[in-house]
Amino acid sequence: MIELKGLHKSYITGNNKLHVLKGLDLIIEQGELVSVMGSSGSGKSTLLNVLGILDSYDNGSYKLNNTLMSNLTEKKAAHFRNNMIGFVFQSFNLISFKNAMENVALPLYYQRVGRKTRNKIAMEYLDKMGIKDWAEHMPNELSGGQKQRVAIARAMISKPKVILADEPTGALDSTTSLEVMDLFREINKSGITMIIVTHERDISEKTNRIIQLKDGIIESDLISKN
Amino acid sequence: MFDLDKWQEIFSTIKKNRLRTFLTGFSVAWGIFMLIILLGSGRGLENGVRNQFKGSVNNGIWISSGRTTMAYQGFKPGRDIKFTNEDYERVKETIDGIDVISARSMININNTISYKNEYGNFTISPCHPGYAIIKDVKIEEGRFLNDIDLQKYRKVVAISTIVRDALFKNGDKKKAVGKYIKISGVPFKVVGVFSDEGLEDEQRRVYIPIYTAQRVFFGSNEIDQVSLTTGDKTIDEVDAMVEQIRKQFSAIHKFDVEDHRAISIWNKAQDFKRTMDLFAGIRLFVWIVGIGTIIAGIVGVSNIMIIVVKERTKEIGIRKAIGATPYSIVSTIIAESILITAFAGYVGLILGIGLLELISKALPPIEFFVNPEADLRVAVSATILLVVSGTLAGLFPALKAAGIRPIEALRDE
Repeated sequence: MIELKGLHKSYITGNNKLHVLKGLDLIIEQGELVSVMGSSGSGKSTLLNVLGILDSYDNGSYKLNNTLMSNLTEKKAAHFRNNMIGFVFQSFNLISFKNAMENVALPLYYQRVGRKTRNKIAMEYLDKMGIKDWAEHMPNELSGGQKQRVAIARAMISKPKVILADEPTGALDSTTSLEVMDLFREINKSGITMIIVTHERDISEKTNRIIQLKDGIIESDLISKN
Repeated sequence: MFDLDKWQEIFSTIKKNRLRTFLTGFSVAWGIFMLIILLGSGRGLENGVRNQFKGSVNNGIWISSGRTTMAYQGFKPGRDIKFTNEDYERVKETIDGIDVISARSMININNTISYKNEYGNFTISPCHPGYAIIKDVKIEEGRFLNDIDLQKYRKVVAISTIVRDALFKNGDKKKAVGKYIKISGVPFKVVGVFSDEGLEDEQRRVYIPIYTAQRVFFGSNEIDQVSLTTGDKTIDEVDAMVEQIRKQFSAIHKFDVEDHRAISIWNKAQDFKRTMDLFAGIRLFVWIVGIGTIIAGIVGVSNIMIIVVKERTKEIGIRKAIGATPYSIVSTIIAESILITAFAGYVGLILGIGLLELISKALPPIEFFVNPEADLRVAVSATILLVVSGTLAGLFPALKAAGIRPIEALRDE
């Protein structure tokens, strides 16, 4: 599903060259539930950027679903993001002037799905997340857990192969965090690969595989018992 | 390409960001509105003053008799200068460059004019045929006075439309030419009807041959005024003519050349030029203020667009993460900004023109303010300029925002 070979990435800031990813080799199979851990500066957001085709890499190779992701045009990259990848963020990142249903439906807008159809599909996903009754509410009228459910519904609506979650529980209390993690596990059971970046041990313990990053290299890669 | 779904998306964004939309639109609408009011007022003022010059040709010179105010060659001041037909003949013969010339007398007789049972008081103006050209009257029916009328002392009259309408009621109205009207009790045959764009007082006139008037009413060859046109001479040439005329009259009538009250010479060409020069200045001023207004509008709308795009950086990041291409993001923002600014410009245009219309309709007629209309081409160009500059101001930050890495834009709160 995801295949990284000798992946290098550096940022040039002024005269300094910041070597962030120093040769990652990683294979994640379809349907895995993986957490990526590491302190800040370990390169986990950069890895997420590269996996999400939001950033390029310097050396090595990245294959997503057996397609090499390099030298993509912005249009191609957007197409892959739209069809293969769903994002879930720490701060939810819902569009504030759109209601829950419209937020969920937005990826389908970029797939040129008609308004009525995409709103209908959005309602189905909100129903799956158990927040159908909140469809007409604006993001600022929703609780953190509800917002994250809307964001998850949005990530899932385009039927992605992989969902990338960047500190998805960072802004939630522990009870809600566990609820969200249960939701992720459930989604994972339907065959979608989940990659969760987190620094909370109890969150990573809910996943099946924990990858520890340190200073741009993989420090450990453990399959847990779950 | 018209993409309905895209426009629905744009409209829903506009609808849900009312304040932002209003601020952007307002700066454009206000700029255009002010520009139109400014241009319209300038034009209205100019039209008003131009109207003051209507009712006579712009290259005319009017020489009127007056009273001396300076002692000269043993004469005391306070002497009336009197013109006669000789003055008219002399000017006509000796002054070069005259196009048309006419004498006039300010008649002081019973000015009652009647036809059948209808009568009224109007100004009776004895003159030469050339006065039709000097006074710039428009012949509506029949003809004006001609040379033969004067040579044969014919009792004929040209009347204004106002006089016709007052004397010839209903069915007679169309048949005024050829009828006899009584001027001070003497029958005169109507040879023509004219209209005049001058002051209302000047529209209540009848013109009769000056020699007939002298014979029938005065019994003398006195006249009060000689007026003439100067063809297409330059201002300097006309000034020279005026000087020549003044010297000649001073020699004949024995008054000091410097005594400008003995005879008065009104040189309309000079007045007209002076006023038009003034308006050239006013127009320049209007343009400077107008350009200033537009620049203020451009700065305003650019500012707002830059802030709007800044504010939307996060939204752009979100859209990008869920699969929007940079093109779709930038084109949506630009389409939105064009829609808002163009619509607002149109609103400003309509409001400005509407207000000008209202002013010219609702306000009582003011002599110096007529038809305040704005040049639509200028207004539309200004609108387009604002739309384009607003778009450009939004384009660069939008391109930049569309190029950033979303995860970074989305991470920092």
